[in-house]
Amino acid sequence: MDGWMIVPGNKMLSALVLFVIVMPFLYAARKPMHGLFISLVRAISGPLRLGSRWMFATAVELRQRNKTVLMAHGREEITQTIDREFERIGALVKRELHGFPAVQRKLMDEITRIEEDYQKSGEVPPPPPEWAKAVSAIAKIRGGGDGLVEKILEDISKSMEKIYDRAISEYRRSYENRHKILKEFSPFWRSLNKEMETVGKNITSLQDSAQSIDVQMDKYKQMVDKTDKAEQTLTSSAGIQFSIAALVLLVAGGGAFVNFFLIARPMSAMVGGGQHIIFGLEAADIAAMVILFMEATMGLFLMESLRITHLFPRINNMNNRMRKRLMWVSFTILFTLAGIEVALAVMRDFIIAADIALRRELVGGAAVAVKDAGWATKIPVAGQMILGFVLPFALAFLAIPLEYFIYSARTVLGVGLVSMFRSLGFLLRVLSVIMKHFGHALTMLYDVLIFPFLMVERFFKKEGDSAGRHGSGSITAFSKRGRTGTTGEHIL
Amino acid sequence: MRIMRRALNAVLLVTLALTLSSCGDSRKYKRAIYLLIDTSGTYKDELPKAQRIINYLLGTMNPGDSFAVARVKSRSFSEKDIIAKVTFTKDPMAANDQKRAFRNKVDRFARGMKRGSAHTDITGGIIQGAMFLNETGAGRKTIVIFSDMREELDKKTKRNFPIEMSGIKVVAVNVTKLRKDNIDPRLYLGRLDWWKKRVLSAGASDWKVVNDMEHLERVFQE
Repeated sequence: MDGWMIVPGNKMLSALVLFVIVMPFLYAARKPMHGLFISLVRAISGPLRLGSRWMFATAVELRQRNKTVLMAHGREEITQTIDREFERIGALVKRELHGFPAVQRKLMDEITRIEEDYQKSGEVPPPPPEWAKAVSAIAKIRGGGDGLVEKILEDISKSMEKIYDRAISEYRRSYENRHKILKEFSPFWRSLNKEMETVGKNITSLQDSAQSIDVQMDKYKQMVDKTDKAEQTLTSSAGIQFSIAALVLLVAGGGAFVNFFLIARPMSAMVGGGQHIIFGLEAADIAAMVILFMEATMGLFLMESLRITHLFPRINNMNNRMRKRLMWVSFTILFTLAGIEVALAVMRDFIIAADIALRRELVGGAAVAVKDAGWATKIPVAGQMILGFVLPFALAFLAIPLEYFIYSARTVLGVGLVSMFRSLGFLLRVLSVIMKHFGHALTMLYDVLIFPFLMVERFFKKEGDSAGRHGSGSITAFSKRGRTGTTGEHIL
Repeated sequence: MRIMRRALNAVLLVTLALTLSSCGDSRKYKRAIYLLIDTSGTYKDELPKAQRIINYLLGTMNPGDSFAVARVKSRSFSEKDIIAKVTFTKDPMAANDQKRAFRNKVDRFARGMKRGSAHTDITGGIIQGAMFLNETGAGRKTIVIFSDMREELDKKTKRNFPIEMSGIKVVAVNVTKLRKDNIDPRLYLGRLDWWKKRVLSAGASDWKVVNDMEHLERVFQE
């Protein structure tokens, strides 16, 4: 071990002597060694820099792709929203304005009737006949004491009075009739008012829808133009959707977990207990999970066929007849599975009761009859049955948050990947720079080790330079690169 | 067509692998217990406690598990010494009936037990138990020894040879202290230590002593 020691027993001195011996060789190998260091450093820092560039380029490309997907998805969403608005308008027009000619005709009829009635109400009783004027003139003749004339005048006066009374009563009756006609106006006015209000509401609703469409169209335009604002809005919206959907899925997962425990134990009576299939899971557990997955799948199909979710374009594009068939098939299977769960809930109660009885027997030595406490003892089993029936249907609604989760996860994941690529790119760039400086430091360290030789070299070079300047005036043979880059003389 | 054939082959391979792994997996989780009850003269009176242990163990057994109870007497390396044995069916309700029948069988044995054996051949019982457990193919094998762990062999019985107990856990339950142990506790501790070395050198996965009958769950604690 100690064979290298030139001065036996003195490691320090031996090392120093060895170093002094090796120093000329180190000086001789200075250039190749510097080259080796630089090559080594470049071999590491070059790929790092390349990797960094690739990371940044991939991040840019990925962001572009994310943007395209995001915009396409956003356009699809907005198209659906606009479609829905148009459907609403269509339904409104069909329902309300479809009967508009009838309403108009009704309005016109009512207006005509009101006019006629108004005309009628304006009619005055006919004036007294022409002969009444003649009689009136005669009535002005003075009797002059003639009894016959007086009698005639008296008769005329009586006739006139009669006529007057009749005319007055006629006039009053006429007024009464006109008042009646005017009174009959009010329902028509009310009806008119109501019709006009309905028309007004429909028009307002139409205006609202039109405004909403305008807003959506603006957004659509922004998405077509691929503006940064639209991208930010959609990304933020996707992030919120992702969080909400994840939360709802978590809650639904809790429900599924409860459901699993509800049916796993009784399943052992159907498929057998104690038989572990894979990953420590019993056959009963797997069977229970299969039932849960089937319920979730049927729920998914039900939601798809109801066109609530749009995860499967083929189902979505089915004709209405086929879609309805699929809907009924999914519902029937879901209903059947819910029924099976109810039966399993009863079975579970039965098994638990049997287990409790056995344990009591084992502990106490004899079977203890359970006292029947009436309907109260049936509450747990009833609760289990209700849960068993309701949970599969509740699980069906899992499809809605699942769809949101899947679509928003694409965006969130994309944004995450872009960030990751950027961070990695930055990290590689930093590492590359560190490696470069490390290479420099290494070459300088090498020169520090052989500094006496470098000092001598510099001295001779200075001498040579001054001799050259004074003598031939030739320029030094050192290259700029050699002075500053690879030789490392600047440290001395 | 070629792709389809390849896909079919892959599916068949995966199915085969899953089936094979499932067989191994199923056995790995099965449990088998062999309970040895010391019926020697000094320990015979502890039999009711043994019944308690049996009832406790029955309560913890699952469908597919195996359980056997055997007696330790002057020479215990025999199938005839097995009082009751059962492998529980997959149907949990039927398994409950099996447990009842098992308990009744042990109860009958306890009632019929009049006189204890002259000698105590624990090693013979252990060898018999190891054979039974290995036959079940269970993944978790346990020998529970209900005894004071004092082996007394007659002159003809040979038990001083190495035994094989690979992968079997050994639990000594209710190891009572004898009068001599009370005088010199080192005898008791030495006896337990001797058994520990013997079973562990035989390849046993674990050795444990549980004396507190109120905490029998410790039998299965790792």
